Formats: sequence, C-alpha cells, structure tokens
Amino acid sequence: MFRYIVRRILYIFPMLLGISTLSFFIMQLAPGDALTQMALSPDISVEVMEAMKARFWLDQPPHMQYIRWLQQLLKGDMGHSFLWHAPVLWVIKQRLLNTLLLTTVSLLIGWVIAIPIGIHSAVNQYSWSDKVLTFLAFIGVSLPSWFFGLLLLYLTTKRGWNFPIGGMTSVDFADLTFWEKAADLARHMFLPVVVLSTGTVASLMRYMRSNLLDVLRQDYVTTARAKGLSNRVVIYKHAVRNAINPLITIFGFQLGGILGGAALTEIVMNWPGIGSLMLNAVQGLDYYLVMGNLIIGGVMLILGNLIADVLLAVSDPRIRYE
Amino acid sequence: MAKTMTEPVNNGGALDYASDGGAIRSPWRMAWRKLKRHKLAIAGMWVLIILHLFAIFADFFAPYSEITTDRRRTYHPPTKIQIISPEGKLTRPFIYGYDRVDITRNRYEPNTSQVYPIRFFVRGDEYKVFGINMNLRLFGVDAPGKIYLMGADRYGRDIFSRLAYGGRRSLFIGIVGIVVSLSIGMLYGGVSGYFGGWVDNLMMRFSEIIVSIPSFYLLLALSAVLPPDLPSDKRFLMITFILSFIGWAGLARVIRGMVLSIAKTEFVAGAEAIGCSQPRIIIRHILPNTLSYVIVSATLSIPGFILSESGLSVIGVGIQHPLASWGNMLSEALNLSALTRYPWLLIPGFFIFITVLSYSFFGDGVRDALDPRAQV
Repeated sequence: MFRYIVRRILYIFPMLLGISTLSFFIMQLAPGDALTQMALSPDISVEVMEAMKARFWLDQPPHMQYIRWLQQLLKGDMGHSFLWHAPVLWVIKQRLLNTLLLTTVSLLIGWVIAIPIGIHSAVNQYSWSDKVLTFLAFIGVSLPSWFFGLLLLYLTTKRGWNFPIGGMTSVDFADLTFWEKAADLARHMFLPVVVLSTGTVASLMRYMRSNLLDVLRQDYVTTARAKGLSNRVVIYKHAVRNAINPLITIFGFQLGGILGGAALTEIVMNWPGIGSLMLNAVQGLDYYLVMGNLIIGGVMLILGNLIADVLLAVSDPRIRYE
Repeated sequence: MAKTMTEPVNNGGALDYASDGGAIRSPWRMAWRKLKRHKLAIAGMWVLIILHLFAIFADFFAPYSEITTDRRRTYHPPTKIQIISPEGKLTRPFIYGYDRVDITRNRYEPNTSQVYPIRFFVRGDEYKVFGINMNLRLFGVDAPGKIYLMGADRYGRDIFSRLAYGGRRSLFIGIVGIVVSLSIGMLYGGVSGYFGGWVDNLMMRFSEIIVSIPSFYLLLALSAVLPPDLPSDKRFLMITFILSFIGWAGLARVIRGMVLSIAKTEFVAGAEAIGCSQPRIIIRHILPNTLSYVIVSATLSIPGFILSESGLSVIGVGIQHPLASWGNMLSEALNLSALTRYPWLLIPGFFIFITVLSYSFFGDGVRDALDPRAQV
C-alpha cells in the first residue's frame, strides 16, 4: 500500500510536465500577449515596454520561454502575473482559499443531505416520497448550476430577501469582531452554497439510492433478515455500509473537480474564487496566470483521484494495490 | 417502425417474445421496444424532436431574423395575445401596440387604440434556403406593429426568434460535438487498445494529461486561442471543435479498456488468421462491439456539450453576438439590474434546462434498453 502511494505520488511529476507543456503551447497559440494591449496605451513608454518584454522573456523564442518558465517552476515560482503585477502563486493562493472554502462547505452539506435522502428513497422504493425525490433529483441534475444561481439572484432581489448578492464580505468586514466576521461570511456564502450543494445532493442521492437498492437484493441481506435481525440493523449495519463504498470513487471525482466545478457559479454569483480569476486571466491573455491555474487544477484532480483510490483500498479489504 | 408488432405478453414478470407473430427481432428492435415502455424517455424524445425542428425551421417559426434590431423597442415586454376585442367581443387573436412610457427604464404600456391582428403565413424578414431567397414566416403582425412573444432584449431583438436561431447552435453543438469526439475517441481508444505495448502506453499518457486538466479551465484557455476578430460563424465552428477536443479523451480510455478484452477473443484471432489488415480489424471487427456502450454514453454526454457551450457563451468567451445562442442570450441576464427589471431575459435558461432534462430522461431510457446487464 505504502509503495503504491509513493509510486502514485512520483507519477504526478511527469503528469505535471505534460500538463505544463500542453498549457504552455496552448497559450503560445493565442494571438498577442498581455503586452499587446499595454503597447496601445500612450502612458507606457517604449523603454518600459522593452524592459517588461525582457523581464518576461517575451523577446526570446517560444522554446526558450518555455525552458525559462520550467526552470522557474522547479524552484516553485510560477512566474509573474501581468494583470496583477504580482507573483502568480501569490495571486492564486488568495483565490484558491476562497474557492476551497466555498466548495468544501458545499460538498460537506451536500453529502450530509444526500446520503439520508438516498437511503430513505431506496428503503421506500416506489413510495410517493421516493418518486418525488427521484424526480427532484432529475431536475437538480439537469438544472445548470450557474442558471440556478441566476434564478436565486433574481428571486433574492425581487423578493427582497436579505442576502448579499455577490462578493464574499461586506465593506466593513475589517472592523467586525471574529463572530461577526463569521456571520458575515456565512451570509455571503449562503446563496452559492445552496446552488453548489443542490447539484451535489441531486447526483449523489441517485447514486446512493441505486447502490443501496443493489445491495438490498444481495443474499447476505436476505440472510441477515432471515436471522431475525431488525430492519434497522439490516439496513444501517449491513446494507448502507456496503452501499457507501462505491461512492468513495465519486468523492474522489468531486475532490478533483473541486476547483473546476464551481467556476461558472463563482463567476455568475461574483464569488472571488479561482474561476473568475481564470476568466480574467484568459481574457487578459495573462499567460503565466492561465498556466498556473491549469497546473493547480491538474494537481487537485490527480490528488483527488489518488485520495479516492487510497480511501477505497482502506474501506474495502477486497481491493489491494500492488 | 415497430407499430405493426403486437405488444409482448407479460407472463408473470418474464416477457414472452414468442407471441408477436414470429416477426424478426433484431437486437435494435428489441431495444426500441424496451425504450418505448419507458414513458419519461419517450416524452423526453418528443420534446427533443420538437425543439430540434423548431431550430431547424427557425426561419419559418421565428417572426423575425435573429439580427433584426429595433432601437425604439429595447427591452420590450412580452406582448399579450388578446382574443377579446376592445368592444368586448370574441375575435381572432390580435395584439395591442405598446407605447414606451418611460424611456430610461424601458417601461411600456399597451395602447388599446392600436390593434394588430396576428396573421399567419406572412411575408417577413428574408432568409435563404439552399441559396434561394425566401420570406415566408409562420406568423407576424402588420408593420409598424411588432410581436414579441417572449419580450425583447437590449437591442430590441425578438427573444422568441433568437431562441429558434440560437437553438441551431446550442442544440446542434451537442450532436456535432459528440459525433466528432466519439469518432476521435473510438479510433484513438481502438488503436491504443489493439496495439498495446508502448503505443498504448504513450497514447494513454497523453489522454491522461487531457483528462487531468479541469475541463472548464482547458476550455477557457483554448477559447483564448481564437483571435478576437474572427467572424462569429467561424468562431462557432472553432468552439464546436474545441469542445470535441476535450470530450474525446475520457471516452477513448473506456473504449481502450473494452478493446483490450475484445482483442483477445477468438473472432479477432480468426480475422487475423484470414489476413485482415489491422485497420480493418479495428474498424470492422472490434469497434462495432463497443457500440452499445458508445450509444449510451453519447446520449448521456450530449447535455455536457450543450452545457459547456452555454457556459462559455454566458460569460462571453463562447459564441459571439450578433449570432444567437442560448448561452449568449443569457449573458445579458448577468446584469442584475437588467435581470430584475426584464425577467424574460431568463427564458433561454429554461430552454437549456428543458433540453438537458429531456436528454437525461431519454438517455436513461436508452441505457435501460441497451445495457445488456439490465436485460431480463
């Protein structure tokens, strides 16, 4: 097991090389660069332009730029953002925390709600509540999260609900005490969390339901019932534990998609996360920022899959990696 | 197609297929029969057919062209169709003209002195069908009246018309996207799985790289590659291409796994023994065996393409104005003050939602019908 994990972690590095190469050459294909727009501005002199070009190695051929960038990357430096005039890593770190906060909270809430609903639906299969819940799940899966976000924003302003429509903190955030800060943050998070966790609940609940239905048909469940165990014990001790196992793979996917999945919702709902950062970077042709985002996203995805595989092995003794 | 066949008799849970008069039952027919029993799937299918026809014949169904603007009718509200005349009698459907009572807030009020009967099969904005100029449209009102079934946008363009034209992009990007990415994915996975060894290794590593980048970020980065002065119809093609470029990798990996196991079967050995070429073995003998999986995953992944397109367009990096797509029509709704005043801007979102919902119902039915494990 330990050797397997080490091997998987080592495997991340060639993958990163691949991701960085791909993202670098995609950005090379893009017309112009961040300095093209600056060059149009009369405020910036030719000398400054030249200095910036030299600093970002834009006067060198693409492969040299790539090698330089890669050298920096090995030192843990992702380059400099043109738009922010700050190191890429620093810019990303700020936004990454915001995104992680939003997505982990939504994910947690999503799981806490979805699992009981899924169990209820499976245990009471074809009851009216099951039918309603599965239908709602279909709707939740099909409703694009960003559109749901727009709908909520519309309702909030129309109905005068007391929720902030966008942003992460109020203007007077710095003056608040710790608890007031937490409350303020929670109020701002409420709408985006509702949007994101709805999606999680809808898809997860369907998985949980079908897994549990599969398990309930197994022989050992019949055996457990035949032994005279109570329905409660049969379901929660025997069936549910086995039904949750396959969901761990989904958890891994969700961990991996924790950055990319929320991007549109963040943009639509004005959450200062990594999604809107990426959009601005792409629109401003901020090469290094775009590449940095792609790499961070890739790392999260690979790590998510790794964690899922490890968790699966830990929870299911039948699975052994060598 | 299967109308002539009698319904199978249900004998205590097991279906008795012998009772349908001995008609030839190909696997496809059996799948179709299973699908027909899936009520929601059939409902979804009909909704999709209607939506696609609406988009294909947009020129006919839409009263105006997608680029017809009207600066005097910005954010015109949906016109109410009246059937009771001002004198209180039941008449043919008509609409009132609307006066703009507040120019800055775009408030309109119906003017009961202007009556425009709705006419059918009228001459409207011109369009081309196979190079022939035509102007026949399903309905319209006499100038200077204008009918806005679902309101107008910032430039006074008819949202209903733009929904029809936008469907051409938003709906068909899913189908084109899935066809392209399936072709690439099947071929790539097929070659990789059949040859194995270092070819397989190399090809799979490359697809892994693509799968490892969050697809939405990759989409965003690729959309930056498109030059900003690209004409919007070319840009639409490029966006389709980009979406397919991302979609194939995941599929290729699954196909490869299936091919790996199929390549070990006797019929492949047989094909090799009689001297079939390698491309022929892959394309004619191995890939068709992956078809039922491919069809299921295709119907289930079409909504993904539609959602990606609308997602890109809504934030302004996808399909560009003046061409309509359901996504870029919604980008106006991102402006919250416009959204609260002109809520009809949200209508395209419901079209996306209905489409995705129908595809998931339909896809669910197709999976039940084709999945061999589900067969009783």
